[in-house]
Amino acid sequence: MSESAAAPRVWKKPPFIENPALRWGLIIGFTVYFILAFASMDINWIRVYEGLDRGLKFVLSFMKPDFISRGGAIFEGIVESLVMTVAATVVGLIMSVPIGLGAARNISVLPVYLLCRGIITVSRSLNEIIVALFMVAIFGFGPFAGFIALAFASIGFLAKLLAEEIEGAEKSQAEAVRATGASWMQWINYGIQPQFMPRLIGLSMYRLDSNFRHSSVVGLVGAGGIGATLNTAFDRYEFDTASAIILTIIIIVMALEYSSSLIRARLQ
Amino acid sequence: MAVFTSQAGSKIWQRRDRNAQLLVWAGWMAGIMVFMYCWQQISRATTWVFVMDAPRIADDILTRALPPRWSYMEQLWWPVWDTINIATIGTAISIIIAVPIAFLAASNTTPSKYFIRPVALFIIVGSRSINSIIWALLLVTIIGPGVLAGTIAIALRSIGFVAKLLYEAIEEIDRNQIEAITATGASRWQEIAYGIVPQIMPTFAGISVFRWDINIRESTVLGYVGAGGIGMQLQASMNVLAWPQVALILLVILVAVVISEWVSAKVRGAII
Repeated sequence: MSESAAAPRVWKKPPFIENPALRWGLIIGFTVYFILAFASMDINWIRVYEGLDRGLKFVLSFMKPDFISRGGAIFEGIVESLVMTVAATVVGLIMSVPIGLGAARNISVLPVYLLCRGIITVSRSLNEIIVALFMVAIFGFGPFAGFIALAFASIGFLAKLLAEEIEGAEKSQAEAVRATGASWMQWINYGIQPQFMPRLIGLSMYRLDSNFRHSSVVGLVGAGGIGATLNTAFDRYEFDTASAIILTIIIIVMALEYSSSLIRARLQ
Repeated sequence: MAVFTSQAGSKIWQRRDRNAQLLVWAGWMAGIMVFMYCWQQISRATTWVFVMDAPRIADDILTRALPPRWSYMEQLWWPVWDTINIATIGTAISIIIAVPIAFLAASNTTPSKYFIRPVALFIIVGSRSINSIIWALLLVTIIGPGVLAGTIAIALRSIGFVAKLLYEAIEEIDRNQIEAITATGASRWQEIAYGIVPQIMPTFAGISVFRWDINIRESTVLGYVGAGGIGMQLQASMNVLAWPQVALILLVILVAVVISEWVSAKVRGAII
């Protein structure tokens, strides 16, 4: 027996990236990049060390959040955030339908397609905060600017997914409707719309809770909502109020997420 | 669906019967009432004179902003590099922390369903609910302004995202492969390494690249609260109303985001 065991072969796990040149290239490339990146980071370690007990104080304040002393401001801010969220989601949803239809290659003509894709790309690339900054510059401080910013961001998100859904829609249904001599509106209404409707409702529920998450920060740039209160709390080092606000946001996000997942589960 | 007989005796097709139709109307009514209330609230807090004036101001800003001040670019290379670093290192840190959390949160790998799993799930929800800019705001007050605060903020926000998608992937794996590994007498760790990891590896790589792409987008604004990157230039330029510089910064952000999205789509396409 032992004479046939020339070299004991050991099984090795196959690597995730099979091409060795690519694998080692990626490993070396990433290592070099991370070394360069860390070396170029300008960190003031003394300041970090000094900040640690402030950090500890903040963590401890989570144990005793103060909802009371700024209760009125917190309540108003949260209501304003919710109001902006709902209005922005509704308007974003309404606006995203024509743009989504226009951005679906299979039902729109090339110029319209390019225009709608352009709108979607710009809306998706610019963060809500940046858009909010501009809206504040244009419309002035207050929830109206935040509402426009959130609605604009929702359009990009909803229209993109809607367009993808339409592009993946089943052709035969749409053709059957068209064969009855339906007009363009009827064709969209009866051939295409039923196919994307459940998904659109699901997506807008999802967008509702992500809009709330964003509405809590557009206040930082003066666009209304709870963000302004939070910013003030941080500036004054009132960590107990800040932790109360953050906890409120977490609870509302959890509630929204839970109810939207219930609705989505019922639809699908 | 329901069919009714009209007074003339002919049958009429309707999509819903009366009660269902009433319910639908009530739903619309309630929805529109909520929306109108919200609109009223916003309208009350708005100075409409400014809004009416908005087209003129937008036009004014646009004419001032164009053409972009191209020479400003030489001051932007460094912030762009910082922004990319914040996103990449932040994603890397979040992955390192998120992987163990995902294994603790997945119901088929967690060591204790009643104690550790809820804790892991709470960490995931907490991290996901708070926007990275709030994390950045918090970290800037704690450890001071700079790239480090931004990187940690991105990492903290991403932990929940990566861990959530990863633990869902772990819960959906094929049981047979693990049984096969267990049948060879493998230990718990070997089971994870040879039975679970190869199954979730493609998903894991996809999630990481996807989150990196999102993080590039988010790291462009962290500078607004002082957490490093191109956002600081944006804020500085807006404060002095240097609109041509703002235009260039926006253009740079747009290009960076489109490139990162393209890279992430390519990588995900190659994996799947």
